[in-house]
Amino acid sequence: MARNGKANGKNNGKSSVWVGKKLKRKEDPRLIKGISHYTDDLKLAGMLYCAFVRSPHAHAKINAIRTDAARAVPGVVKVVTYDDLTGVGVVPCAMQMPDLKIPHHPLLAHGRVRYVGESVAAVVADDIYTARDAAELIEVDYDPLPVVVNMEKAIAKDSAIIHEDFKTNVAFTHVMKNGDVEKVFAKADRVVKQRMLNQRLAPVAMEPRAVIAEYLPGENRLTVWSSTQIPHLLRTQISVMVGLPETAVRVVTPEVGGGFGSKLNVYREEGIVPWLAMKLGKPVKWAELRRENFLATIHGRDTINDVELAVKKDGTILGLRVNVLADMGAYHQLLTPLIPQLTALMIAGCYKLPALEINIKGIFTNKMSTDAYRGAGRPEATYLIERIMDIAARELGMDSLQFRLKNFPQPKEFPFTTITGLRYDSAKYQEAAKRALQLSGYDALRRRQKTGWKNGKYYGVGVSTYVEICAIGPSAATPAGGWESGTVRIEPTGKVTVLTGASPHGQGEETTFAQLIADELGIDPDDVNVIHGDTLAVPYGIGTFGSRGTAVGGTAAFMATQKLKAKLKTLAGHLLGVKPQDVTIGRGKILAKGGKKSMSFGELVGAAYVARNIPPGFEPGLEATHFFEPSNFTFPFGTHVCSVEVDGETGEIKLERYVAVDDCGNVINPMIVEGQIHGGIAQGMGQAMWEEFVYNDDGQAVTGTLMDYAMPKAHLLPEFILDRTVTPSPSNPMGVKGVGEAGTIGSTPCIVNAVCDALSPLGVRHIDMPLKPERVWNAIRQAQSQEKIPAAVAAGKKPAHKAVRRGA
Amino acid sequence: MIPANFDYESPRNLSEALSLLDAHEDAKILAGGHSLLPAMKLRLAAPPLLIDIGRIGLLNYIRESGDNIAVGALTTHAEVASSKLLHSQSPLLALAAAQIGDTQVRNRGTIGGSLAGAHPAADYPAAVLALDAQIVATSRTGERVIPATKFFSGMFSTALRREEIITEVRVPRTSAEGVAYKKHHHPASGYAVVGVAVRLKSSGGKVDSVAVGVTGVSDIAYRAMTTENVLRGKSTSAMPDAASHAVDGVDGLGDNYASAEFRLHLAKVYVRRALEEAASTK
Repeated sequence: MARNGKANGKNNGKSSVWVGKKLKRKEDPRLIKGISHYTDDLKLAGMLYCAFVRSPHAHAKINAIRTDAARAVPGVVKVVTYDDLTGVGVVPCAMQMPDLKIPHHPLLAHGRVRYVGESVAAVVADDIYTARDAAELIEVDYDPLPVVVNMEKAIAKDSAIIHEDFKTNVAFTHVMKNGDVEKVFAKADRVVKQRMLNQRLAPVAMEPRAVIAEYLPGENRLTVWSSTQIPHLLRTQISVMVGLPETAVRVVTPEVGGGFGSKLNVYREEGIVPWLAMKLGKPVKWAELRRENFLATIHGRDTINDVELAVKKDGTILGLRVNVLADMGAYHQLLTPLIPQLTALMIAGCYKLPALEINIKGIFTNKMSTDAYRGAGRPEATYLIERIMDIAARELGMDSLQFRLKNFPQPKEFPFTTITGLRYDSAKYQEAAKRALQLSGYDALRRRQKTGWKNGKYYGVGVSTYVEICAIGPSAATPAGGWESGTVRIEPTGKVTVLTGASPHGQGEETTFAQLIADELGIDPDDVNVIHGDTLAVPYGIGTFGSRGTAVGGTAAFMATQKLKAKLKTLAGHLLGVKPQDVTIGRGKILAKGGKKSMSFGELVGAAYVARNIPPGFEPGLEATHFFEPSNFTFPFGTHVCSVEVDGETGEIKLERYVAVDDCGNVINPMIVEGQIHGGIAQGMGQAMWEEFVYNDDGQAVTGTLMDYAMPKAHLLPEFILDRTVTPSPSNPMGVKGVGEAGTIGSTPCIVNAVCDALSPLGVRHIDMPLKPERVWNAIRQAQSQEKIPAAVAAGKKPAHKAVRRGA
Repeated sequence: MIPANFDYESPRNLSEALSLLDAHEDAKILAGGHSLLPAMKLRLAAPPLLIDIGRIGLLNYIRESGDNIAVGALTTHAEVASSKLLHSQSPLLALAAAQIGDTQVRNRGTIGGSLAGAHPAADYPAAVLALDAQIVATSRTGERVIPATKFFSGMFSTALRREEIITEVRVPRTSAEGVAYKKHHHPASGYAVVGVAVRLKSSGGKVDSVAVGVTGVSDIAYRAMTTENVLRGKSTSAMPDAASHAVDGVDGLGDNYASAEFRLHLAKVYVRRALEEAASTK
């Protein structure tokens, strides 16, 4: 199904043995056999279990909490509420902005609850059943308060205020303005306007969160096992929260069953469980229930957007104006206010945009916090620009792909500086678009669509072209350091240990990093063991998120390997009697120039450890560490084309074929890249078609179980046809870009564009996500009534053929 | 799963199970566990005793029984869906079973458990109504046969008495008729947003007999009697008109996924399409 990219056998201009190969993942056997260990699989001697009492109200004053009955249950060891929390900090927010309001965010609710699922009390017992039973006996006396759910109402004068100290529900405002916006809008031939919602999503990692903490008072050592994407950052924050020196804290991440950004965070439970373990002197475990995962793990997206695009008749884009209301939820988690700013940064998409104004308001509501969810701000940006481009193309009577091509920068214009101040590293947008055009049979799809319309068949063709921001990122542009660490150690037996700070949660770094280093050292990937997720073993690192694992973490390991290679060459030169620069590292063999003298890799490594014959000043051992600071982000891109058929009578959508041509620079393992794209497309389709986390007017979660929250499922997905173009990144020596989020970013607008395209002869202009059949049916009915198209058309008989021009 | 405390019994035969049920007023019967256990997981149900009848092997069968095909109450949806006997003699039940939930649900869930649960969006109710199936309920005092049309009494409630266990479902042979099951799946739960089971006999373009069962639309699955009455004895070309009466007098259910208005609309479309499909299969 998928094709090989052109990267095979080539990396950075060198021939390679392992890089570019579809190597099976080293991680898979243990995961598939179920013999691996997630946090909840671990059992420590004497371990206690923690359960939480969570608020059933979205907004209420707490009058009293009665815990006596729970304390009296045999097996209950401790019950705590806010008043018991002494010597413990708050949930951190890493963001700093001039007018940012950061609410006090304690580890248990203090006097007030602000979202359904907010933790109010914790129960610790000998077993989890007792803990949960006892939690049900805790009575909380609440006075319900007016609930703030709707962002527009939240900023109205008469709204209830969620954090009274702030006297407003506006958490921050952020404005970015460049170019002469007023002028271009005044002189534009046409201004295309659309309001678009980007609905709230739940990340739903297959493994919910889990935390175990054990404190050994004699050693003054706190060990915390947590399902996290950021073990080192979490260690720092835990040490701050519980008041231990950071040197006394160790964080271990066993297998992590997915994160999608939801575990790029520091949660209440990651503070209170360690604190309880310290108070009780016994290990304490908390494992999140799926229900808790829906209510109390961060959500993604949730923005209301008003978009205006100024264009010339010939299809030249002049300017973009966007107003965004971004739902923060009730408190800030680690990066909550950052996410909509990433939307602002990427709002120009792959286009030359002379003028931009974007105004963002972050709004508090009585909901769970939003934060980074696969794509984190970029899917929102891509959705807005790609939807408005499609609507504009229709209004201008241009083919949507031709309209895009007209506004792309040319390859020779790279590095390309955008209106938002970013420097896009490298791209050939035209090439990916052309390839997607070919693979999808674009012209044939358009012909079939025309015939279909005549026969009452609503075929649609969707196009989206995207660019995204990866390899996050230069430290200057990130809240807590954008570098990554890598240590490579050749052990005395010649086996190689790699320590990476980019702790993965499903990305396959144990395989790709091994491929990368095996090529550099001329050994087999099976001889390279990649260790991650233990702060006692691995130098300080940042983590895996923002499609940075390979481009930043992989580069750190690559650079450490270069240091080691220099050392190997020095020693080999000494032993073989040649200059270091005359030594080459071949496959399993170290060769002196001319090829007459050589030694095996094992002999050389042994010599470094035995150290009887080393050059003066040569440090024995073979270990090197590199902290890689990227000079820029990377900017992967691509074009996606899909075809759909919409049932005009029921609003049901049939997804037919999905073509994705992505460019993530050089590729280490094409199979893993394809897997990332498959999963990404599925997740992006999930947003377009099915997923929405709904709070009703009372702030109750309507879609708080997997029976209500519709995840994308394999049998619902169409065929994926993938290909790649390869434009190496100049931002790192391997030329890689990152691919973890690309599919999600490209696919959401592609699907919505296709469905709106299918219904365009009926006068349907825009439908908000998810494209539930009822919404589609309503859009058809509304278009009929507005356009006075006879009902027979919607029933699939004789569609009108006029182009619909509205807006502006 | 961290449910509230409960006791558990695993009787070896039906009479033991019935005795236990008789003796424990609030006990719940556990069959495949695909309705009860999710409710217990969320602590929406906390029965003091579960009587697990899953090990009573004698209740798992599909066999000919006079004019009927008899399906044991513990037969899984997957077994019903793949039964050659049903496909050749009474395929409607198998067609409905094939569209229940997902593979895991079909491998564990049972026909007796599904009918006893009487979920308003379950698939079997539409099929057993259209088939005029008979549901056999057994208690310590003996068996009684409940016609499907008298079985469902409301949302999650049936004519089943507290001390009874469903033991068998009997469906007629329909080899001379066309059948169809058309369903719009809820994308999360897999339940029917609308499920329509049709059984139809026609000759020379005229409809001799027709039965239409509808599930998912209201609090209880029902027979679309007006549709049937309009169509019976008429030409198959009357199907669109007949289908437009599929929700006459029905109070539609609405939820986050589909409003009552949309469900009622969808039901009419699905009834028409199911009628057309049934007519085309024979």
